Amino acid sequence: MASGTAAAQPLVELRGITKRYGELLANDRIDLAIEPGEIHALLGENGAGKSTLVKILYGVVEPSAGEIRWQGRPVTIGSPVQARALGLGMVFQHFSLFDELTVAENIAVALSEEWSLGEVRAKLADVSRAYGLTLEPDRAVWTLSAGERQRIEIVRCLLQNPKLLILDEPTSVLTPQEAEHLFTTLDKLAAEGCAILYISHKLEEVRRLCRRATVLRGGRVVGTLDPRERSAREIAALMVGTEVGEVRAASADAPGADVLRVSRLSLPPAGLHGKALVGIDLTVRAGEVVGIAGVAGNGQSELFAALSGERTSGTADAIAIAGRACGTLGIDARRRLGGAFVPEERLGHAAAPTHRLSENTLVSHHGGGDVNRSGFIVLDAARRLARSIIQSFDVRAPAGDPRAKQLSGGNLQKFVIGREMVKRPKLLVVDQPTWGVDAGAARLIRQALVDLAREGSAVLVISQDLDELFEIADRLAVIHDGHLSPLRPAAEWTREAIGLEMLGTRDAA
Amino acid sequence: MRFELVPRANVSPVMRAVAPVVAFLTAFLIAGFVIWLMGRSPLAAFEVYVTQPLSDPWALQELLVKATPLALIAIGLSYCFRANLWNIGAEGQFIMGAIFGSWLALKTHGTEAGFWVLPLMMLLGVAGGALWGLIPAFLKTRFGVNEILTSLMLVYVAQLVLDYLTRGPWRDPKGFNFPQSVTFDPAATLPPILEGSRVHWGFVFAMLAILVTAIVVGRTLFGYRLKLTGDAPRAARFAGFSARSTTLAVFAISGGLAGLAGISEVAGQIGQMQPSISPGYGFTAITVAFLGRLNPLGILVAALVVALTFIGGESAQILLKLPLDLSNAFQGILLLCVLAADALVTYRLRVVGRPMTA
Amino acid sequence: MTTFEAILLTIITASTPLLIASIGELVTERSGVLNLGVEGMMVMGAVCSFAGAVTFDSTILGVLCGILAGVLMAALFALVVLGFAANQVGSGLALTIFGLGLSGLIGAPFVGARRDPVGALHIPGLSDLPMVGRVLFGQDPFVYASLVLTLAVAWYLTRTRSGLMLRSVGENHTSAHGLGLPVLKTRLLAILFGGACAGLAGGYLSLVYTRFWSPGMTAGRGWIALALVVFAAWRPGWLLAGAYLFGAATVLQLHAQAAQWGVPSQALSAVPYVATILALLLLSIRHGRAIGAPGSLGSPFVPDR
Repeated sequence: MASGTAAAQPLVELRGITKRYGELLANDRIDLAIEPGEIHALLGENGAGKSTLVKILYGVVEPSAGEIRWQGRPVTIGSPVQARALGLGMVFQHFSLFDELTVAENIAVALSEEWSLGEVRAKLADVSRAYGLTLEPDRAVWTLSAGERQRIEIVRCLLQNPKLLILDEPTSVLTPQEAEHLFTTLDKLAAEGCAILYISHKLEEVRRLCRRATVLRGGRVVGTLDPRERSAREIAALMVGTEVGEVRAASADAPGADVLRVSRLSLPPAGLHGKALVGIDLTVRAGEVVGIAGVAGNGQSELFAALSGERTSGTADAIAIAGRACGTLGIDARRRLGGAFVPEERLGHAAAPTHRLSENTLVSHHGGGDVNRSGFIVLDAARRLARSIIQSFDVRAPAGDPRAKQLSGGNLQKFVIGREMVKRPKLLVVDQPTWGVDAGAARLIRQALVDLAREGSAVLVISQDLDELFEIADRLAVIHDGHLSPLRPAAEWTREAIGLEMLGTRDAA
Repeated sequence: MRFELVPRANVSPVMRAVAPVVAFLTAFLIAGFVIWLMGRSPLAAFEVYVTQPLSDPWALQELLVKATPLALIAIGLSYCFRANLWNIGAEGQFIMGAIFGSWLALKTHGTEAGFWVLPLMMLLGVAGGALWGLIPAFLKTRFGVNEILTSLMLVYVAQLVLDYLTRGPWRDPKGFNFPQSVTFDPAATLPPILEGSRVHWGFVFAMLAILVTAIVVGRTLFGYRLKLTGDAPRAARFAGFSARSTTLAVFAISGGLAGLAGISEVAGQIGQMQPSISPGYGFTAITVAFLGRLNPLGILVAALVVALTFIGGESAQILLKLPLDLSNAFQGILLLCVLAADALVTYRLRVVGRPMTA
Repeated sequence: MTTFEAILLTIITASTPLLIASIGELVTERSGVLNLGVEGMMVMGAVCSFAGAVTFDSTILGVLCGILAGVLMAALFALVVLGFAANQVGSGLALTIFGLGLSGLIGAPFVGARRDPVGALHIPGLSDLPMVGRVLFGQDPFVYASLVLTLAVAWYLTRTRSGLMLRSVGENHTSAHGLGLPVLKTRLLAILFGGACAGLAGGYLSLVYTRFWSPGMTAGRGWIALALVVFAAWRPGWLLAGAYLFGAATVLQLHAQAAQWGVPSQALSAVPYVATILALLLLSIRHGRAIGAPGSLGSPFVPDR
């Protein structure tokens, strides 16, 4: 443990930290103190300002105003190098790793002193043993799973003997079992006196790990509390501001005919680092929501590309939409069969960031309808379409015809999902519908997906969020390493069973 | 104190219009400085480069003549650049267009062949340029070969083909061993728009190309397709626009227009084939396309402005003994300034004093 | 000296400028910056080396002038692509256009002048060995410098922490910034190094290869150097092999022209350019995509602070 005098004073103290991006106040006079050996949670919804705050603490982003005190002394953290020199370590949500480099190189590059690769290897072995974080030093990072990548990030920090370890949404890419393993490691570290700032929007984890939590909303601190003493409902209300209702998930009455039928779909990896799809079997019936769970990077985006027709497969019969074999048809032809698709990435994939919303309607509507008259664009019709999507899906956007990048994540997601829903598709395939979306928008989106199914469409949702899938899916399957588990009614799955499938250990168990 | 680029929330329409002007003025100041370093008067140079050509009717016509190939090529290149594809081999496509078209002119030389020769020459010119442009496009779409290097290498190859033809099979036997072909028949010569004027029909082609392009990029799905491919390639694939056919199409269009410029230049301006038919129009057109912000009307203005440096360069060589290379150096600096000024459209320049005080 | 020896010697002379220019560009590209201005920096290096050597009557000062010219050109490029986050492809192209023009201006008074050959090393005993003596031990200092440079770059990239940082910056500038690596500074230095090499390569052309200055004398060698980097999959070892293969193609083509086979000389002159296209094509067919390309190559970086 740290010495007696240190316990009296916080390890790090933030006072009145403010960060302004143009007109947006990402952080508004935030105060926060962390004691040595404490696991402190930073709770808040997407967009509450958590990531900005930790970037400031780690010297990546410069605050507009405010003061940071480290062990009682005011400090200026101008860069991550300075942060590390003080004793801060950071595990990023979207890893700061270099795919083409080896594990040892990835670690060496982040160390402040000059270490030979040999020394790094030896140290790596020590730390791996002490904390149960196994890693092969000479593997290239792109060959590793998300869990292994996170281990690199953690080891990278531990090698510098940090006094404060910051973890940004660390479990979002882990299986339930991997997450439990991480918690054990963190408990051990805290017991040794290392303070931990744990950023999350998942209440259960925070209750499992932390005694003190600071809750952010809209860039401000709205409360500091002990998460074990308050009800989940209470904390959720604090995070979100208003109570978020639940999705009315009236169970599917007799589902209709198969709208999407996938049989023995196999595809080789698209790029150098892609995943292969192997013998995928799947049906989605009219009137139901089918969910596909899995840890990121197990073939979800490949499956989406194969279903949408962005990548065609060699055999027409592998995929049928509304009874028509279409494995060899492109995305345009599949849209004409009644398919509609929403990819994971909003900016750059579903929508062009610098284009106006009216132009962005053309992305999936150019094949027919009012916006395209024999090769000429009818801009008025596109504007009307954009306006009607904005109204029916409660998209909060700057007035007029804004550019896609001017919308918040949640509002843009409502727009791109609405853009597909207004077509009343027979089949809707959505990849990660609420990734990085605030709670209000997430609820609206989930409700819209369920409602669409109840009106007779077939809906396929690929998601990493198990809570979401249990909330809206009628049937579930798990994707792991390009293989899909059998599809079973959601009620027949337990979290543990899904976790095992995610790890690919079903056959062994 | 240091400078930082801060992304703008919204693209500033004022800066969008002002940026090329700022770039042009900056390039002008740099050029003036260089001229001063060379011991000449920048003011005299300005007089020769700008004032004289603009006040002399003959030079004004010459301006249109020089602007014609620049505008034609640049408008073609704007299709590629919009889709973020880098065709930097327009010079080669220009030459190939000239070669294809001239073949017919030389084949029909001295025959009774009539009015059909000229239109067919123009079509052959388009075909030659388009074919030459399709080589890098095909290599890119079929095998994934980088189009920048292949299109550039093909410029050298085209220049050598032209060199071979004019020194070999196409040399005028009665030409005192000069490496040039016979002078084209009247039936194979692009006439001036007005009797006695120097401006030939190539200028009309350029205006047509600008008009059609304005409609295509502003109003049609194809224009939107190019924009989407350039701005968000993954979204374009998601929209169902195949990158393969887009690539082939824009290279065919830009190659075709460069080819048309090539044959127009030979049939309307030079009147015969010779080892060198271009003072680098194909490369200068890249500057023109960016200076015009890839906008059809902007390209027309930019072509006229840049054509000034060609004419001014020629007279400066005679009057001030300033080498022609000065114009080339100026065009390079101009392009650098234009691209740098682009940053001011998407970013704000912020001066940072001392970082963060509590 | 046998014909074989002579051919080998000319191959080395033809390959050296390609190797020097491309090893510089390799470092620039490994840091994530695509500088298409190699041709422009090289031609400026050629003219400034020659002008410097004639003015000061010193080959060494000439070479220094060439390197300085390359560095200054590279600094201009860095200002535009790092300072203003401008498009790298367009800016590189502009740099080439600018360099070709400016070199003509600077070189005008020097057209027609000649320099004496740069003395080759002569190591008594070794240089006189039959067959291999001249080839291995009797080259001009540039040849050895180019080989040392290649080895040094290979060692730097794989064995030093600074080289590791440079590769990381080129691989993923967002991650690198997040870790606190100085992205822009690393790139600036890499660009300047590329410029110095291009300048040196140009100096070699005008002071050793031709020993006179003529406008546009680089004749596309800068572009071939760029292609070599792709061909070598961004690895110094392969670059060495590639540069010598290309040097050989150029020289054999010249010998074929001299032999008067009845093939038009222009067809033979086109060999280096066509060979470049074919090399890129073969590479793409074998590997599908450009392998080994740094992840952030060509994309501008604006730190978000």
